[in-house]
Amino acid sequence: MVELLEQSLSWLPGNAVILTVIIVKILVIVLPLMGAVAYLTLAERKVIGYIQVRIGPNRVGPRGLLQPIADAVKLLMKETILPSNANRFLFLLGPVLALAPALAAWAVIPFDEGWVLADVNAGLLYILAMTSMGVYGVIIAGWASNSKYAFLGALRSAAQIVSYEIAMGFAIVGVLLAGGSLNIGEIVTAQQGSFIHWFWLPLLPLFFIYFISGVAETNRAPFDVAEGESEIVAGFHVEYSAMTFSVFFLAEYANMILVAMLAALMFLGGWLSPFEGIPGLETLFSWVPGIVWLLAKCAFFCFLYLWFRATFPRYRYDQIMRLGWKVFIPITIVWLMVVGGLVVAEAGPWFD
Amino acid sequence: MGIDVIIFYFFAAVLVFAAGMVVTVRNPVFAALFLVLAFFTSAAIWMLLEAEFLALTLILVYVGAVMVLFLFVVMMLDINLAVLKEGFARYLPAGIVVALLLIAQLAVIVGPEQFGLDKIASPAMHGTEYSNTKELGRVLYTEYLYPFEIASAILLVAIIAAIALTLRKRRVRDLMPPEKQVAVQRKDRVRLVKMESEKKKA
Repeated sequence: MVELLEQSLSWLPGNAVILTVIIVKILVIVLPLMGAVAYLTLAERKVIGYIQVRIGPNRVGPRGLLQPIADAVKLLMKETILPSNANRFLFLLGPVLALAPALAAWAVIPFDEGWVLADVNAGLLYILAMTSMGVYGVIIAGWASNSKYAFLGALRSAAQIVSYEIAMGFAIVGVLLAGGSLNIGEIVTAQQGSFIHWFWLPLLPLFFIYFISGVAETNRAPFDVAEGESEIVAGFHVEYSAMTFSVFFLAEYANMILVAMLAALMFLGGWLSPFEGIPGLETLFSWVPGIVWLLAKCAFFCFLYLWFRATFPRYRYDQIMRLGWKVFIPITIVWLMVVGGLVVAEAGPWFD
Repeated sequence: MGIDVIIFYFFAAVLVFAAGMVVTVRNPVFAALFLVLAFFTSAAIWMLLEAEFLALTLILVYVGAVMVLFLFVVMMLDINLAVLKEGFARYLPAGIVVALLLIAQLAVIVGPEQFGLDKIASPAMHGTEYSNTKELGRVLYTEYLYPFEIASAILLVAIIAAIALTLRKRRVRDLMPPEKQVAVQRKDRVRLVKMESEKKKA
């Protein structure tokens, strides 16, 4: 595919060919991602609907399948309202700063062996750095809106994200200890063998902490105090309308899928088949391409987000802080030592 | 001129611009945001020097955490700019003298006499297989193990000291201890009362 593209562009100068190929690769990642975001919103409404014994959206298109497109068109056509005393520049910069890191992080995500935009050594570190930038969108939006509710939401969100980033970072340190690399592709290959070899087992506490911190990082229920519609209306995006509002939404859902994808890659063997190493089943399913397994695992984590939202009541703010600082961080530190011991002892079947 | 030179000059220009804006812009929130931009661009320049670990940690620690807390504080402060700018003209001569002195000292120390290319050769470029993270880890935990450990111990002490200094015990704590909250059972909170249904009066 890539060679074919390069050949058809060979009349261009060398650097331009590389640039075009990279842009095409970016589009191949971002466009399906945007589609996934749109349909995740539909899936959310449908799943929560069925959990609450209703049908959910079912009017636009067959079984409501065109609902996300109708929503997108509606949001595009609406008027973008700029509050009169808001800081215009920062007000519009906020949504951009929320979305840009959420998309940039996808550069180092591998979808199958070698299917990656930028196969860099420090992939995990890059993802941590990019996701930590996302908080600026929220803070700037909250401050520039010149609204008390928005500002309260921004402050809550900032404190929450900074706290949970530490637990998340420690969980990722555990993964890189176990995988022996910061490159996500190499971390997946280190899990080869069978589903017992995947890192969810030796890193079980880190796995749970990673995903729960991921839920908190993306400001999703039950950690959605930054929005907290019953307390502070809608938090940081209360003053946003139309496209500016939907860019925040895009960023939130792109981040959700990113965290789900990372959980699948780091703890559930990424594109590796779950039937690997099981006689009979392995050959029966060997025709399935790796990306299907990866997307299935990612979809499972995305479903967990929706399930959480329909199940748990919102955390109280002091409880969120207690959970992050007094429960998660000590557990991760202790488990890092355990993982270090396992790696040094070459405990099988993971580290031998 | 290679593309990396163009990238370097682009980021260097942005960095100098952002750093200048940090000290000249009036609104403290803008100053903090320009500082974020300065950190980010210097991380990009470090990336050009193949120091990807340092570059990404700079973003992770300074941009992702320190500056967030900084902004947090700056946004909550209600700074009266008029009072701050009072007496600007009066202090200007002293300020200029101090600034010139600082520039002269910097020029003496980091001028081309000490840091020219003939004194310190430009770092060798490595291949794509070179991992700066691994190299840094190897050096930190072998050659510089003791300085590294001592520095971390000092930092730890500083953290504890900072917490101890700002810790204030509240005299009245009407908070419920979390372990009690967690241990609450349904029967402690809900009491179901059985009663006959009442007849409506005709």
